[in-house]
Amino acid sequence: MIAAIPRPPVDWFALSPELALLGVSGLCLMAAVLVPDVARRAVSAALAAGGFAAAFALAAVLYDRSGGESVVAGAIRRDRYAALAAIIVAGAGLVAVAVSYGERRQGHVAEYYALLTAAAAGMIFLAASNNLMTLFLGLEWFSISLYILCAVDSDRARSLEAGLKYLIVGGFGSAVLLFGSALVYGATGQLQFEKIAAATSAGGLRHDSILILGLAMILAGLGFKVSAAPFHMWTPDVYEGAPTSVTAFMSAATKVAALVLTLRILFTAFPDEAHLWTIAVAVIACASLAVGNLAALVQRNVKRLLAYSSISHAGFMLIAIASNNALGGRALLYYLIPYSAMSIGAFAVVAARERELGREVTLDNLAGMGWERPLLGAAMWTFMLGFAGLPPTGGFLGKFYVFSAAYDHGWLWLVIVGIAATAVSLYYYLAVIRALYLRPSAELQFAVRGGQPPRDLLLQLGVLACLAVAVGSFFGVQPLIDLARHAFQTLPL
Amino acid sequence: MNAHGWVTDTLILLPLGGALLVWLVPMPRVWIAPTALLVALFEIGFWIEAVARFDFDRGGLQEASKLTWFSDLGASYHVGMFEGFSLWLVGLTTIVLAAAIAYGLWAGRDRPRAYFGLMLFLTGAIVGVFTAQDLLLFYVFWEAMLIPLYVLIGVWGGPGRLGATIKFVIYTMVGSLVMLAAVIVYGLQAGTFSMIDGGTNASDWVFLGFAAAFVVKAPLFPFHGWLPDAYRESPAEVSAVLSGVVSKAAAFGFLRICFSLFPVGVHDLRTPILVLAAIGLVYGSLLAFRAPDLRGVIAYSSLAQMGLITLGLFATNDLGIDGAVLQMVNHGLISATLFMLAGAVERRTSTGQFALLGGMARGRPALATMLMATGIIALAVPGSTAFAGEFAILAGVFRQGWLYAVVGAVAIVLAAMYVLRMISAVLHDRVGSAVSDSALDLRPAELAILAPLVGLLLFLSAWPAAITDRAVAAGRVLQASAAAGWSAYPGKGAAK
Repeated sequence: MIAAIPRPPVDWFALSPELALLGVSGLCLMAAVLVPDVARRAVSAALAAGGFAAAFALAAVLYDRSGGESVVAGAIRRDRYAALAAIIVAGAGLVAVAVSYGERRQGHVAEYYALLTAAAAGMIFLAASNNLMTLFLGLEWFSISLYILCAVDSDRARSLEAGLKYLIVGGFGSAVLLFGSALVYGATGQLQFEKIAAATSAGGLRHDSILILGLAMILAGLGFKVSAAPFHMWTPDVYEGAPTSVTAFMSAATKVAALVLTLRILFTAFPDEAHLWTIAVAVIACASLAVGNLAALVQRNVKRLLAYSSISHAGFMLIAIASNNALGGRALLYYLIPYSAMSIGAFAVVAARERELGREVTLDNLAGMGWERPLLGAAMWTFMLGFAGLPPTGGFLGKFYVFSAAYDHGWLWLVIVGIAATAVSLYYYLAVIRALYLRPSAELQFAVRGGQPPRDLLLQLGVLACLAVAVGSFFGVQPLIDLARHAFQTLPL
Repeated sequence: MNAHGWVTDTLILLPLGGALLVWLVPMPRVWIAPTALLVALFEIGFWIEAVARFDFDRGGLQEASKLTWFSDLGASYHVGMFEGFSLWLVGLTTIVLAAAIAYGLWAGRDRPRAYFGLMLFLTGAIVGVFTAQDLLLFYVFWEAMLIPLYVLIGVWGGPGRLGATIKFVIYTMVGSLVMLAAVIVYGLQAGTFSMIDGGTNASDWVFLGFAAAFVVKAPLFPFHGWLPDAYRESPAEVSAVLSGVVSKAAAFGFLRICFSLFPVGVHDLRTPILVLAAIGLVYGSLLAFRAPDLRGVIAYSSLAQMGLITLGLFATNDLGIDGAVLQMVNHGLISATLFMLAGAVERRTSTGQFALLGGMARGRPALATMLMATGIIALAVPGSTAFAGEFAILAGVFRQGWLYAVVGAVAIVLAAMYVLRMISAVLHDRVGSAVSDSALDLRPAELAILAPLVGLLLFLSAWPAAITDRAVAAGRVLQASAAAGWSAYPGKGAAK
């Protein structure tokens, strides 16, 4: 019976990063049962780190050896574009393991790492997906892992709340996306991205209302994952409630996967609708910039502040997609690299402070941290400058490329909106720096009892790596832009 | 990296490397400040080497070095000395920053590692602004100036420093971001960000984008909202750097970028800028005359002087530009000296309010001599270098309209009023309530910092042509990269 179903040839190597991570995920789950308590944390963290390192290496080889072809019956695309996204996600995961290790969680230690690697595998799968089925599969795969990760601190009400909120809103987003996919399939009769584009132009479906509605719903569903306004409502609450190390990973890697896929599907499946979606994406970008930056101005809780900042950065990166040109593709892929590093790094610093104080980090109890903890303080300072788009960080060049792409598309107004948003954002990023360094010593709040000592070598190494990427991407922009260019060229356009 | 440009590279990289050294290399606390000072003095040495190597008759871009940064949009690390004026402004930077670092050492700033590292970083960034030949690189250095200044004011400043830093950063960043948009528009239209190869751009809007950053940084009236707070709340030596050097970056930007890349914009918008500069000159002078404290006078006089320098630049003829370059150096040295003297007075009396000061000349000959000498030069007494600069500026701007020259001449009278008022309020009058006998004269260390600055002013008074003859190579400034627009200016060629 089974032989009756034709099975496509599978390019296992194209799936190797996912497989490595999934394998490690399974091993971690076994470690949860088989490894004795004392060694469980170390063993599972080491396994996860090894898995991420392997995925990173495999993705790098895949980048080198992929010219851009559809594999596994067109469900997956083996190209440098996906491989670059996989490299960023795996790198983010590696740092996330370093940040998570110091977390003094009582239970679910090995399960935590199992979920982290599984989520990363799903993200890498999503970035490579090339039809509407694998898209939904990848999206749900990493989303479900993240729902559980958000609620992994099951003794903390905020964590449970975050998990539940993310589940409900995320589930809604997925449903919208699925409905949209069904409509697109209904209109074109195709699942695979290039075939959708071909069917659209061949069938004269350019103005087909079902197709356009489907596209709009897919865009909305992806908007939830990217946390772009007006689909961002869950972001501050989830980022705040989730364990900080999970937030760190989520803020970087989810954005990478979702944005990379958004660009892929819009560019390859809907080139004929570009006159519509460029405007839609530009409007979403403007809304995200407005909501993210204005709401961040009044935040005192640093995690919420960074959550709103991540919404505004989704806006910046969507500008790159809205530009609908090769420069925009390069801009997005380049932007993601320093952005991921800065985002994980900033949350890692928050995590360190949180562990030290044993309570939530606000702008008030961040006071004086820059002087007490020179490395973490200087790193946080750099990340904030990078978010604000100041040199010498990759954040500056990311914004520069994004604006250049928008200008190249002929949308000077979008450049001006972006610049206005940057000017506003400066206020709250500087508020963090002000808290770190500028408060008078009378206001300093020293660590209260109940926290754990700040010494956490792995976390500091992780922050240092993020710092190196954030600053290094400024000086070494040429190789990174070349990577991004070659990646973008392998998209079937 | 190109071999002939090593001096310029060194001038940028030495202080940045020094900053890293101070931040990262463990060393005893007491070594930190001397190390920074040593780096700053070496920096002056390299500048002297650059002067020796520079061929003033040839002008143009010299000591250049170039390295591709990223090729797809045509940005590169391209630095060099463009005409004499870049060289003089770099010299001003190295000298004022060395004096400021020495002053910081003498004042014993706490958290020395951060403080001196930031001062060195600032030095490198400012030198970068004056030597960048690529607009994106220029923008990077321009922003890089802001970061250390923010922290220097915010951490070591006076009681109102938080408000001052917010104002300072928001004002300057808004201007800079508008400039970024203009940089992008220019660069993508030209296909390169190089100031040398990019050619001119005829858009008034692009010119205005750059002008936005420059008028805020200078500042010109009415964009000076940040100035009084920032100059009052900074540590004295940081105020010295801000008004002495950083404000010159704006005038430099007009001269180097706007004149050579946007001749049409300069031509179209010359009148509004001249009018703003003239208003700023008079308004700043009047405010300086009414300011109740020492730093207020210097701050507002800075506003006035930047107006005067802008008048000279936008005279758009050789005479005005030569005068403006001389006046940039003059004002840099004068305001740096005055701010550090103000710092010295404040340290002794813990106030800068004129109501509480007075009678400090008695028993404090060194302080009195320094303040008198700098003040007399500042009010442009005939024979002083400031007189030479202002005279050239007024003669230059006279060709644009006699009214500007009249306004400028009136402002010189006002300058005499506010400087003399300041001198008498501090040195003469009744002994102020904050002045006690324990307020000592300038210490030898302070004299060692201030005397070279005043000495330079006296030297320039004796020989202002040292700069005016070597500021811009005989009218070729703009021909070097933008001959087309420049010849359209009226009054051109008649000057020399």
